Amino acid sequence: MNYFPDEVLEHVFDFITSHKDRNSVSLVCKSWYKIERYSRQRVFIGNCYSISPERLIARFPGLKSLTLKGKPHFADFNLVPHDWGGFVYPWIEALAKSRIGLEELRLKRMVVSDESLELLSKSFVNFKSLVLVSCEGFTTDGLAAIAANCRFLRELDLQENEVDDHRGHWLSCFPESCTSLISLNFACLRGEVNLGALERLVSRSPNLKSLRLNRAVPLDTLQKLLMRAPQLVDLGIGSYVHDPFSEAYNKLKIAIQRCKSIRSLSGFLEVAPHCMSAIYPICGNLTFLNLSYAPGLHGNKLMKLIQHCRKLQRLWILDCIGDKGLGVVALTCKELQELRVFPSDPFEAGNAAVTEEGLVLVSAGCPKLNSLLYFCQQMTNAALITVAKNCPNFIRFRLCILDPIKPDPVTNQPLDEGFGAIVQSCKGLKRLSLSGLLTDQVFLYIGMYAEQLEMLSIAFAADSDKGMLYVLNGCKKLRKLEIRDCPFGDAALLEDVGKYETMRSLWMSSCEVTLGGCKSVAEKMPSLNVEIIDESEQMEFNLDDKQKVDKMYLYRTLVGHRKDAPEYVWIL
Amino acid sequence: MVFEKDLNLYATELRLGLPGSSEESIRISNKRALPDMNDDSGVAAAKKCDQETAPPTKAQVVGWPPIRSYRKNSLQTKKTEAETGGMYVKVSMDGAPYLRKIDLKVYKGYPELFKAMEDMFKFKVGKYSEREGYNGSEFVPTYEDKDGDWMLVGDVPWEMFINACKRLRIVRGSEARGLGCVV
Repeated sequence: MNYFPDEVLEHVFDFITSHKDRNSVSLVCKSWYKIERYSRQRVFIGNCYSISPERLIARFPGLKSLTLKGKPHFADFNLVPHDWGGFVYPWIEALAKSRIGLEELRLKRMVVSDESLELLSKSFVNFKSLVLVSCEGFTTDGLAAIAANCRFLRELDLQENEVDDHRGHWLSCFPESCTSLISLNFACLRGEVNLGALERLVSRSPNLKSLRLNRAVPLDTLQKLLMRAPQLVDLGIGSYVHDPFSEAYNKLKIAIQRCKSIRSLSGFLEVAPHCMSAIYPICGNLTFLNLSYAPGLHGNKLMKLIQHCRKLQRLWILDCIGDKGLGVVALTCKELQELRVFPSDPFEAGNAAVTEEGLVLVSAGCPKLNSLLYFCQQMTNAALITVAKNCPNFIRFRLCILDPIKPDPVTNQPLDEGFGAIVQSCKGLKRLSLSGLLTDQVFLYIGMYAEQLEMLSIAFAADSDKGMLYVLNGCKKLRKLEIRDCPFGDAALLEDVGKYETMRSLWMSSCEVTLGGCKSVAEKMPSLNVEIIDESEQMEFNLDDKQKVDKMYLYRTLVGHRKDAPEYVWIL
Repeated sequence: MVFEKDLNLYATELRLGLPGSSEESIRISNKRALPDMNDDSGVAAAKKCDQETAPPTKAQVVGWPPIRSYRKNSLQTKKTEAETGGMYVKVSMDGAPYLRKIDLKVYKGYPELFKAMEDMFKFKVGKYSEREGYNGSEFVPTYEDKDGDWMLVGDVPWEMFINACKRLRIVRGSEARGLGCVV
């Protein structure tokens, strides 16, 4: 291959798009490293503190698309204090100063200020795409800057962010000359939007393929938008409440029927269940249906809707669908690959409406199932064993029993055997979340069989350090391990500290690790940042090594201790 | 009222602990490292934990169930709206000296509404049929809708009814017959 000029190699590398593969390519030899780095356009950084923006810019001058993730996953569940970190401003600032022609920025669990958004909007002439998932720190003013200044914006996708809504005028900031929008998702905004501005924007965006509205967009506006954008592929409905005998509803029915390209449907943030029949004509083409924010839709109306969706590949739903409803899914959705069942009443643990029965039905009826997130009232070993047999193709298996240490209600045994069956049968399993009563035994199985496992989430499980050791020794491909409320201590933590350099991160909270143990890791592994998060002020007064650590987060990094940690984070 | 939420502050206190566990035993779930790991102790531990998590009021564990705050907040908003949004309408009965008020949101459907009205005014609703309205009673339930028209209760789906109903009137005697017979 060294006989080929660089341009040829570069052309060959163009066909290599996965991050993993490109990373491997860069390690082959110096010459390949050089060619790869100049031709690389898309970079994914799973932990924003593992590298600095300066080094990123130095290595990849041709960077066009950057994906950054900030806070650890357990931040989603309020286990990480708000100002822990993950600020995007330094990245945008550094990129703005450089000659990088950034076109796409995708952020997850990061703190994004209006200032950052404004700087972003003014610094990159060809900026095309902004995707923010589970971020916070910005208001609609920041969005206004993006709308006003990014002349060639194609994508503005806001997923489940906490946005301070200053009401409506940001949409009007898209200039008349902006006609390039392909994707607009503002479903997570809670405030009013200027409906006229929205209609005009959609009218002048002939390439618009994805549109997800928020609750403030009423049915009659929806109808007008659909009339102007029958080419939509992905639709998120805001408010869906109307009188089925009204003229507006008839017009909506006609508008929906024109949208023959819709393959993905979500939203229904407010819903009148008796109006669902208008949707039936497009159900037959749907591959993705997300009703997980529509508690108003349940019972027969929900089942009738699902019965129309024969081509569904991904279904996100609330547990009010019940086991019976899951039975309907099993009979109807033979192409189903991904199922997510969320709790409709997370504050009352006793009310989850699905049990192991629903899951078994789906596993029997949908053999292509490979990704699961299932919040349920209870689970049995027998059910898990059956599911493992029916669906050996699981890549993601996340089970959450609302009572976190509930045993098998039939046998009163722990769920070790059930999960053991899952990991043994599903040889391609990459992600696993456990719950229910679990002993060290389940971890023995995981260490033995889960060879492809990359991410493992454990809560309220195990009996001793052995559990953690089985996993660390057995799962060679493990990248992320997050543990809460388990009896794992220093012995497990310190057994093989070198392992942590092969992983992205380790989170342990409410376990048995001590300050001394954490210090030991930090001492032995300078390539890791070992962070102790303790808001209780204990750390200030009592620096006894034997003291148990409330929250520890460690991750590999090339750039040492971060400088932006708040007071209650100690980096050892 | 359907929802009976007393201010059980202890039960809703946020702290690190399992549902049902008391202050002192916060880490009970972790202390299962028994010297011998045979089945008996496993089952005993399971039973013990089962008992501990079986009480009627469940305290909330921080970060459990593991769902995103965004989603939790959304559902909470919807729940609050559903709970506090009471739909009170006036109910009158021909011949009764004063009107009453009822909250339509507390009823799941027509049968429950009728039972409540029957209890309140001491009468009986007749048998409903689509063709003939209410048969077998001189009392007929009617309502005023958003357009100001007086309609027979029971023709439209419940959800639609509670959104449209502005007030209720229990019509009596010959007047009722006229309404019930219209197809």
